[in-house]
Amino acid sequence: MSQEQEFLEYVQSGGQVETGDWMPDEYRAKLIKFIEMHGNSELMGVLPEREWILRAPTLQRKLALTAKVQDEVGHAELIFRVVADLGKPREQCLDDLISGKAKFHNVFHYPTKTWGDVGAIAWLVDAAAIISQKALLKCSYAPYARIMKKICWEESFHILHGRDVVLTMMNGTEEQRELVQEAVTRWWGPLMQFHGNPISREEDPMYIWRIKSQGNEEARQQFLDGYVPQIWELGLTVPDPKLRKSDEGVWEYTEPDWDELKHVVTGHGPRTQERLDLRRAARENTAWVRSVVLPEAA
Amino acid sequence: MTERARRLLEIADDELILGWRDSEWTGIAPNLEEDVAFSSIAQNEIGHARALYELAARDLGTTADELAFDRTPEEYRCAALVEHRFADDWARTIARHWLYEAADAVRLEALKASDDAEVAGLAGKIDREEVYHRMHAEMWEERLRDEPRFREAVEELWPQALGVLAADLRAGLAERIGREPVEAVERNGRSPEFCELWEEMTRVRRSIPGAAW
Amino acid sequence: MIYEVFRQERKGQAFAHAGSLPAPDMAFAEVYAREQYGRRGESVALWVVPRDQIQQIDEFVDELERNYHRVDGYPLKAKLKEARERAGTASDDADVPAAATHTPPPPEPGSARREANGG
Repeated sequence: MSQEQEFLEYVQSGGQVETGDWMPDEYRAKLIKFIEMHGNSELMGVLPEREWILRAPTLQRKLALTAKVQDEVGHAELIFRVVADLGKPREQCLDDLISGKAKFHNVFHYPTKTWGDVGAIAWLVDAAAIISQKALLKCSYAPYARIMKKICWEESFHILHGRDVVLTMMNGTEEQRELVQEAVTRWWGPLMQFHGNPISREEDPMYIWRIKSQGNEEARQQFLDGYVPQIWELGLTVPDPKLRKSDEGVWEYTEPDWDELKHVVTGHGPRTQERLDLRRAARENTAWVRSVVLPEAA
Repeated sequence: MTERARRLLEIADDELILGWRDSEWTGIAPNLEEDVAFSSIAQNEIGHARALYELAARDLGTTADELAFDRTPEEYRCAALVEHRFADDWARTIARHWLYEAADAVRLEALKASDDAEVAGLAGKIDREEVYHRMHAEMWEERLRDEPRFREAVEELWPQALGVLAADLRAGLAERIGREPVEAVERNGRSPEFCELWEEMTRVRRSIPGAAW
Repeated sequence: MIYEVFRQERKGQAFAHAGSLPAPDMAFAEVYAREQYGRRGESVALWVVPRDQIQQIDEFVDELERNYHRVDGYPLKAKLKEARERAGTASDDADVPAAATHTPPPPEPGSARREANGG
């Protein structure tokens, strides 16, 4: 049996891999790409939300939202550290993010328009993310699985915050309820695309290497199962007339626009360029600080 | 308005506006670790503002959120130092941070000695959190003190730093910082920068007056 | 420089490895560790150590199978059964709780000497 075959059997039977262990080149490469995309997503996720910190309508909301966004930066910190120990330094990751070479999740390419978005994102987008993240607790690469524990714990506060914002608005004025509904309607498409197209897990290299422990469709079904009832019980609607749970317990829905997903994650989302430009400008602006005080590579 | 309420609002407004300015760095700080650290500082400042507003709110028969968000720009009492937008300038940000923390330390020391038990108690709590802000500011000052842009920023902001304090406390700040006292920029009306900040800060709240958020 | 951070969740618990972070020196590392592992009150104490100060040991040699260091080096079950049979105290149910506190009757005369001689 080749070393690679042995390794594959090892991870497929639940074996855990540490930083210094031998691993096939393909495993390392796929791992880096996957984890890097996660880090990029946390970093880019900050940008749509940070504007609303400044506009938060109460002191409590301002604090909670600042803490949420701070967590996301903290997650990026943890994630890029893992990638660096795998062999790709943080600065190189940031270079690739800004140049458009590396990807980040679809949801962070879209604009936020109202305080309704603040609620909807923290409630539903973070929920979609936490489902994937919980599955990563079983990642074969142990250093990543370990940071996922802290990340999942912190994300649970974000969902609480999101629900609190939404429930307060739903119990408020008619105008506030309309803000929530409008946001949910607008975010539904990207949410349905979030977990990726339904490639079977046997064909998904991420699953084969046990980097992911669940398939895309499995994740989406979990999301619908958990959150559609929460949406409907508030009297909110979702812009998909086909959405229903079958007698077999499977959620049926209009096929998401996979072309749109591909188009967006390859750098053509409504806010992609603007946000990458902001990252680039901020990075250039503070380059002197890093050269004077803070280390370049992490 | 009582003297106590006036004084509390002054400090609360300083903390609120500085916290608001500091939170502009969230997501775009020089590196990720600093982003997280500076965000905690911003949150603490907002937290201090809230505690101070709550104390003043009882005197004035209102709520902390109403004091923080529902006044007109002319009714705020913050110092000129905290109004500036420095979100693309780390040198000025740290210069302001270092100067403000020093001024605040002097101010809190005086408040802790106040006959007003409530104010003295709150000042004590705030001071214990500020220890970490001062550590952070001093750590950065040590590393940037030979950087020309930092020195220029301190030079530029010094008169405004003095203006954070009541006249009788300014000599103490000068001694603490090791600079000659100069003519202070007094608290006196709000700048155009503040009005822009106020517009953005209150936009959502004004969009549906009286709503719960 | 990379610093490793260990955190203690509650007093009395062991310090467990929490993660690592880059910093120019220990002063920064302390600030950043405090933030990353303490801002939500999740730790009561932290240890911050430069990574190059940590010596990892991960090769342990036991070529000659030293079983006296392991539980399987002490095969008591068969011997206990034999001893109980000899003392007339054997029961079908090996897990009878009373057996733990039961004082066996004194051995028959001579049997102790036989035991000592590997009888």
